[in-house]
Amino acid sequence: MTTDVKTKPKLALYWAASCGGCEIAVLDIKEKILDVDAAFDIVFWPVAVDFKVKDVEAMADGEIDVCLFNGAIRNSDNEYMAGLLRRKAKILVAFGSCAYEGCIPALSNTTTRAATLDWAYRDSPSTDNPDDTRPQEETEVPEGTLHLPAFWETVRTLGQVVDVDYSVPGCPPQAHQIWGVLEAVINILYHGAPLPPKGSILGAGDKTCCDECPRTREEKKISGFVRPHQIIPDPDKCLLDQGILCMGPATRSGCGGLCVSVGVPCRGCYGPPPNSRDQGTKMVAALASVIDSEDPEEIDRILDGIVDPIGTFYRFSMGTATLAGARRGVSAHVSADERVTP
Amino acid sequence: MVTTAENRVPEAAPPDEWQPRIVAFLCNWCSYTGADLAGISRIEWDPTVHIVRVMCTGRMDPTFVAKALELGADGVIISGCHPGDCHYQEGNYKALRRVHLLRRLLKDFGIDPQRLRLVWVSASEGVEWAKTANEMAREIRSLGPMRADA
Ligand code: SF4
Ligand code: SF4
Ligand code: FES
Repeated sequence: MTTDVKTKPKLALYWAASCGGCEIAVLDIKEKILDVDAAFDIVFWPVAVDFKVKDVEAMADGEIDVCLFNGAIRNSDNEYMAGLLRRKAKILVAFGSCAYEGCIPALSNTTTRAATLDWAYRDSPSTDNPDDTRPQEETEVPEGTLHLPAFWETVRTLGQVVDVDYSVPGCPPQAHQIWGVLEAVINILYHGAPLPPKGSILGAGDKTCCDECPRTREEKKISGFVRPHQIIPDPDKCLLDQGILCMGPATRSGCGGLCVSVGVPCRGCYGPPPNSRDQGTKMVAALASVIDSEDPEEIDRILDGIVDPIGTFYRFSMGTATLAGARRGVSAHVSADERVTP
Repeated sequence: MVTTAENRVPEAAPPDEWQPRIVAFLCNWCSYTGADLAGISRIEWDPTVHIVRVMCTGRMDPTFVAKALELGADGVIISGCHPGDCHYQEGNYKALRRVHLLRRLLKDFGIDPQRLRLVWVSASEGVEWAKTANEMAREIRSLGPMRADA
């Protein structure tokens, strides 16, 4: 694909259910943002430029060359925007962990919509809502009817709602990786570089976080887990060897070992490593190999040291957790015709 | 892959028609031979238990269990050599640790951990194998289909 250089390729950025960190991460490329502006016509970017949804609606299908979409699909508005930008963009990129695998918003998939709303509007200690006022999809006011998006039962990834061309992992994606992706896009659009195969993971490595970690690993034998505040870890030794739960072995490389180089265990934000469909079960496999016991009761005692296993193992990838799908009868990975039915 | 209402699993059959679907991963050296012995000895076991042979329980990636449940299994059995007897020395201990941790995950996902069972069946324990399969089938029948855990 080459673009007539006289008309700059069009770039859109959008946020759905997200924290805004991915937007900030784009600005973390610093002065290179000027190169982005020079290379692209930014046609939609709610956080930074003043185009409206109706401007996007007015565009022809496929008019946007690339859309970087961050955020998960939590409500009807997110879903509408996903569909709209899919139609308008030639290349749709799930940008960042929320769009790619659900991230923090999808942690609410461990509970129900009703329980989530009860907590947010009634039960949390910081809530002061004596009349139990709840968001309504429609509210009549003298001026007419006000609408709010419908809040879905579960949080889905962008790829579970529309067809996605590429994914960029990370919470947020690291600036050097973002620039790498944008540079690659520029090379494709301006210099006819080939498009990567559809479905590729961009802006990340093809190993695990451990491979980028500067710490020394020994043969791991863990007889107990500790939480980071309970010990002062050795600055040079693998954190997992020291009993600190580090998601490194079950996480894709790409960040450069950011957290582990400063003494913080990897939380897994780059998602499952290549050839692994499920970060949590990958972590189960890795951890079970290093626990130093063959006695069922002792194993349980050691495992008691893992506080909140699913929240830890799927902190970023709950939207694609196989077991969450199994429980709801929806597959994060499998299409209807692959499914065995009785 | 796009998940829509269309690719949800069809509603389970009414309770009187419903039959569980149980996947059993048996290690090649002990449990599979044990089940084979049961077959040769014409010992019957519950037909809802479907056997998959793996070389060793240590080869059981926890993802296999998750995927079986995702694809429609209502229960999973992992069966290997007795402790100390694994053909590869330590595979069954690894499986033991994995299953203990995986059962915690199942519980957190709202799936009854009884749906995953780890047992030891030797090559001479054909009767034992049939008993295990029948017990598991009974257990899963009483738990009902996966989706009823919701
Ligand atoms: S487990 Fe964590 S600390 Fe250890 S090598 Fe891997 S990333 Fe580094
Ligand atoms: S070390 Fe882990 S949590 Fe930290 S940025 Fe890298 S992948 Fe993300
Ligand atoms: S060979 Fe049977 S459990 Fe390892």
